[in-house]
Amino acid sequence: MAIALPERSAVARGAMTPLPYRVVRKRRENHDNWTLELEPVAEAIEPIGPGQFTMLYSFGVGEVPISTSGDLERGGTLVHTIRAVGAVTKALCATKAGDVVGVRGPFGNTWPIAAAEGRDLLLVGGGVGLPPLRPVVYHALAHREDFRRIAVLYGGRTPDDLLFRRELDRWRGRLDVDVTVDAAGAGWTGKVGVVTKLIPPAAFDPADAVAFVVGPEIMMRFTARALLERGVPAERIWISMERTMRCGVGLCGHCQLGPTLICRDGPVYRWDELAPLLEVPEL
Amino acid sequence: MHTLDELIVQSPVFDGLDPEQLELVAGCGKNVAVDAGKRLFREGDPADTFFLVRHGLVALETYVPNRGQVTVVTVGPGEICGWSWLVPPHRWRLTARVVEPVRAVEFDGACLRRKCEEDPVLGYDLLSRFAGDLADHLQSAYMQVIDVYGDRTS
Repeated sequence: MAIALPERSAVARGAMTPLPYRVVRKRRENHDNWTLELEPVAEAIEPIGPGQFTMLYSFGVGEVPISTSGDLERGGTLVHTIRAVGAVTKALCATKAGDVVGVRGPFGNTWPIAAAEGRDLLLVGGGVGLPPLRPVVYHALAHREDFRRIAVLYGGRTPDDLLFRRELDRWRGRLDVDVTVDAAGAGWTGKVGVVTKLIPPAAFDPADAVAFVVGPEIMMRFTARALLERGVPAERIWISMERTMRCGVGLCGHCQLGPTLICRDGPVYRWDELAPLLEVPEL
Repeated sequence: MHTLDELIVQSPVFDGLDPEQLELVAGCGKNVAVDAGKRLFREGDPADTFFLVRHGLVALETYVPNRGQVTVVTVGPGEICGWSWLVPPHRWRLTARVVEPVRAVEFDGACLRRKCEEDPVLGYDLLSRFAGDLADHLQSAYMQVIDVYGDRTS
């Protein structure tokens, strides 16, 4: 007797099964970062939000969590900017148009953009922390009237490590953009120094500003400190955390930080809620 | 047209000084404009001045063999450029090159040191303020040394 099997659905598939996506475009951003645009081979994941991430699977190599860096206003392809630094990310960055990778997600929460509406919006990115903020920039550009002043403050290791340099120049026409690098050679005519140095001179009203910060954890700690010193309330500073993530759905515990699981409860957290945990070295 | 008192009080280092102290400090300053490419001071030279940058950008550099002049940090509007005037041996530890045309208040460090010695209250207050500024720069230097954007594998 034949048994009627239910149709394969996203629910039946479960969050642990990657869906095949084809690389439709690949762009080199700098010496070790590439942006991949992906389209579903058949079934698509749910729409991804700004700040959320997917688990990208290089078949036979492994999975990594990567935030979306695309223009979600425009829709279409799934866009991820990836730094080739480990085995999986190097394999993903070595893909060509037409290759297939696996995608699970989207996972995590989104940037609280509504909390910034009607206020000054400050986006502070360090290193590869700019890609997770790029969807917010696109949103802000598409809805410019929803915000007052908008500042993008970006710090990189060296000029060669900066991402989206042409886009940063384009954004300058409509947003305040300030860039610095930690170290530079003779050819660089911009600022040298850490990203926190961009905060005191930035044009925004600290009492009525919302800040989104992404970068290495130590950079976010120093940045939050500088924002607090400038007068931004702790409850209006948001950071995006990165820890080792494996399952993406709060089961494996790899990304546990005290009482919170970053893949499930984050990666976006309010500074006053997360800061006490970051002060505990054992975590 | 702003007076020097009004200009220098915009810097966090001088903000909050009482009017009498501000007048004393401003008495050691003058407005200057310096073109891009010029040097404000050179490593090893006597350090008897410092600058409060109002506009523009200054690169603090040192010479590294086989690499040439290397920028350690840049200084922009609202920031103090130069601390070597404050402590012996009063010689510049770095070279300051103007990257973007600068308008600044240039202070006579020897004049200010003399006023601080004559008025220990002012001297302590100013030293505390400069110490805070130096601590900020030290922290920035720590962050640069840590190399927060260094390689991580995943």
